[in-house]
Amino acid sequence: MIRPELVCPAGTPAALRTAVEAGADAVYCGFRNATNARNFPGLNFTPDELAAAVEHAHAHGAKVLLALNTFPRAGEVALWREGADMGAAMGIDAFIVADMGVADYIADNHPNTRLHLSVQAAASSPEAICYYAREFGVKRVVLPRILTIPEIREIKAEIPCEIETFIFGNHGLMVEGRCSLTNYVTGLSTNMDGVCSPAGDVHYDREADGSVATRLADVTIDRFAPGDQAGYPTICKGRYHAPHRDDAFYAFEEPVSLNLSAMLPALIDAGVDAFKIEGRQRSRAYVRSVVSAFRRAVDEVLAGGSPELADLVALTEGQKQTEGAFRTKKWR
Amino acid sequence: MEDLRHSRTLPGQGLVRLMPPPPLFLLQPLLARVVRRVAALHPALFDRLGPHARDRFLLDVGGLPFLLLLVPDPAAPRLQALRRAGPVPPHEARIAGRFLDLLGLIDGGADGDALFFSRDLDISGDTEAVVCLRNALDDVEGSIAEDVAGMFGPPGRLALASLRRAQDRAAAR
Repeated sequence: MIRPELVCPAGTPAALRTAVEAGADAVYCGFRNATNARNFPGLNFTPDELAAAVEHAHAHGAKVLLALNTFPRAGEVALWREGADMGAAMGIDAFIVADMGVADYIADNHPNTRLHLSVQAAASSPEAICYYAREFGVKRVVLPRILTIPEIREIKAEIPCEIETFIFGNHGLMVEGRCSLTNYVTGLSTNMDGVCSPAGDVHYDREADGSVATRLADVTIDRFAPGDQAGYPTICKGRYHAPHRDDAFYAFEEPVSLNLSAMLPALIDAGVDAFKIEGRQRSRAYVRSVVSAFRRAVDEVLAGGSPELADLVALTEGQKQTEGAFRTKKWR
Repeated sequence: MEDLRHSRTLPGQGLVRLMPPPPLFLLQPLLARVVRRVAALHPALFDRLGPHARDRFLLDVGGLPFLLLLVPDPAAPRLQALRRAGPVPPHEARIAGRFLDLLGLIDGGADGDALFFSRDLDISGDTEAVVCLRNALDDVEGSIAEDVAGMFGPPGRLALASLRRAQDRAAAR
């Protein structure tokens, strides 16, 4: 039986230490700039912080994966190359990349550091994954959250590299690495600037009836009545009017979190090598609760038991959870 | 003036409400000492705040008879109490929540996003400033609440322990 690696989010040095203490096999993080897809204000690591974090993680038996998973604009690749050079010098265990040019640079200049293919590359077929493995030496692919477990099993049989799947957290289903919704409204790019619904463009306006309207720039993307659960102000999870409906509805996605805690044995059986917990933007409290719960669950499964899973619904977006396409393509 | 109160009462909330409102002039030097102590213990916090280090954060803590204004200026950090009945002071962002929830945030035991999802945390104004503050406060070793409680010796630590038990009871409901 494969012993899947538990890959955990670390948005800050304190969160990294919390994840390691909670039982992470690996933590993933990014620099404080546009080279990663969680380029949020006040989040991420300076070079000095990352160097100290790598030392701490390694001293406690955990790996550090550096996310360089956004796409440079033409002529602006220097920041990503610099990030790769610094990460390699610090001894990080793998780069998580999406852009082919970044992958190519790392393969040429840092061939001894593992390359993992980010979900931002949206590689969901054996042919695409094999291409990255062949051309750039990719050792692991993070699969998009659009595949069923039987599909994952089939892919695993046809690729030379490892598979990592998300098992908990924010559920993103737009074509990853290609969504332009944020760019359309704010002018900033999720994929190039690393921010989806940038905080500087988000406004919460309390209305006379106690509702709260969420705006992204000039676009109202949702309105929560008193007592409604809220979600992230992500434009794809807003409610919109359309000519064919009288009410505002979730036209793209709903605020719901992925939770595959009940599917861990099936994922291991399908050949998944690593489980990824989403949430670099979340707190130490989230990291501690979620990582601890899944550490116990994975260890229990590997010992042949049926884990009693902690109730994590309070930490889910919209306080709702789903197994998504992993269970069935008809989940929505 | 906005009504910034929350309607739900939780264990611990009642404890706070039973306390007679202290005169603000007695609170101000205490609050000033607290914010300077936290700033001294966690200087990296200001680095994470970046351009928002001098913003004014209005904290509306449910159950407290006053508002708090936080200015995390590294040169002169400020935390002061303001009368609820007075004019709303100028501020870049406002954060409102129940006492135990906000305590949980600075104690490292609560997740701000989860509180936001459940509508137990209300924010308005400059969202980027709030996100910066949240990330800065979360990236501390240990607990800011413990740091503050420790300033008041055993009575402070006992009070924090009592409030933590109140949080646990509230979470279990």
